[in-house]
Amino acid sequence: MNSPMLKIENLVMRFGGVVACNDFTAEIKEGQIVGLIGPNGAGKTTIFNVVTGVYKPTAGQILFSPNGIEQHQLTGLSPDKIAKLGVCRTFQNIRLFGELTVLENVFIGNHLRVKSDVFSTVLRLPHYVAEEKRLYEKSLYLLEKIGLQDTKDEKASSLPYGMQRRLEIARALATDPRLLLLDEPAAGMNPQETRELIEFIREIKDEFDLTIFLIEHHMEVIMEISEKIYVLDHGVLIAQGNPSEIQRNEKVVEAYLGVG
Amino acid sequence: MGDVSIFLQHLTNGVSLGSLYALIAIGYTMVYGILRLINFAHGDIFMLGVYLTYYGVTYTSLPWWLVFILAPLLTGFIGILLERVAYKPLRGSARITILISAIGASFLLQNLGIVIFGGRPRAFPVPQMLNHVIRLGGVSINVVTFIIPAVTIVLLLGLTYFTTKTKTGLAMRALSKDYETASLMGIDINKIISITFLMGSFLAAIGGILWGSRYPQLMPLMGSMPGLKSFIAAVVGGIGNITGAVVGGFILGLGEIMLVAFLPRLSGYRDAFAFVLLIIILLVKPSGLMGDNVTEKV
Repeated sequence: MNSPMLKIENLVMRFGGVVACNDFTAEIKEGQIVGLIGPNGAGKTTIFNVVTGVYKPTAGQILFSPNGIEQHQLTGLSPDKIAKLGVCRTFQNIRLFGELTVLENVFIGNHLRVKSDVFSTVLRLPHYVAEEKRLYEKSLYLLEKIGLQDTKDEKASSLPYGMQRRLEIARALATDPRLLLLDEPAAGMNPQETRELIEFIREIKDEFDLTIFLIEHHMEVIMEISEKIYVLDHGVLIAQGNPSEIQRNEKVVEAYLGVG
Repeated sequence: MGDVSIFLQHLTNGVSLGSLYALIAIGYTMVYGILRLINFAHGDIFMLGVYLTYYGVTYTSLPWWLVFILAPLLTGFIGILLERVAYKPLRGSARITILISAIGASFLLQNLGIVIFGGRPRAFPVPQMLNHVIRLGGVSINVVTFIIPAVTIVLLLGLTYFTTKTKTGLAMRALSKDYETASLMGIDINKIISITFLMGSFLAAIGGILWGSRYPQLMPLMGSMPGLKSFIAAVVGGIGNITGAVVGGFILGLGEIMLVAFLPRLSGYRDAFAFVLLIIILLVKPSGLMGDNVTEKV
């Protein structure tokens, strides 16, 4: 049987005396969209940070299998190595390179897929020039995909908020991920933008053959697109299941509304 | 006529000195841009570059122009080594810790220089080609005075191309804005930092060779004053900004020469000029002439 794309086992993350995440276990299969929800401060972003290598977990392990055969232990790897294996993310508070242009932001995502060395770069050898052209076209294509091809030379910080969110996704796509982690992609969006976002996520999932792990507070987004949902409260997993199971789960309702 | 030609002579001298400050200042500003660290050992890296060239020319049979390329490359690798030994283990610690490590590295290099090279001044082997005087109008100018700005301009154009047009340059700019995000997008931070130190030290060594061709006296402590002044040039221009470092270098070089030329009574205060300028800039525009007004993230 194929191993799941991402397997998180008994993950513990402590910051001094604070336990941000306690004994969390989850599994994401190839091609799934999996949601991660929970009240503010439940430890959702912490899990993303551990998976992408920003934090080293106190205990537990994370196994990533880009093709269902080989398995990589992600814990202890540096963020750039993890990105190279095919895990990329977006951020809850947008973190674009504001001073760089829109196109450069996407182009930077290509960085890790470049095979050329210093000499071919300096001497502009033919294969380097060809490579550069290919990546340039790929970046343009991604910009077209998010509807930003006309603003490619503007500073990323000058874009409206919703567009910046999309640009972050495009930048992540440029790294050719297998697993894409989206941290609250619909934050601050109105209902119309949210609808478009749902469509957009579905579209890129099919086109780029992605598996998606998603944190979101907009319940309509989560319930509509996730096949499976994990619910976290105070760092502890309190429920998991498909959307309708989660909606009926008493513990989940309690965690969100407080015990009456 | 005489006045004009004398002024032109001072001008070329100022531009030439300014170019040297600019070359060294770039190293300070690039490292600061990426690591938010003032690399106080940079002036001593400059000194090492000069000494390596001296030994290369004097004790090997290599042609001088080859030594002028190899010595800066070797200095570049010493720069990488410096970062690995003195700064990398402290990455993530408080800024003041790394700063003190930089000061320590500076003293270490100076004293190693005294032990290994000896404290006695040596004469830099200036190639004949660079060392003859030409007469233009009524002025006599050493050829090297023209070569310095020319080399500087070529290197600056190369550097500008590198940072704006190549992927490594793009990664460098991204890294200087947001360390963590850059690494999450797959940029190998250690590699980019090494390249930064390589380039900064390479430029400092080229600056050192040109410096030696103009002021051909070598001492192990010769890096400290040019280092400090170039640091000031970087701050005046806006630290972290490469164009700013160049502008700062020229302001400092021209200012210094003109001060001595037109107010000879103040020539003893030549070095003080740089520090006075620093104080004024810090009072009036602390972020430097071309620096961004950074608002701290809340």
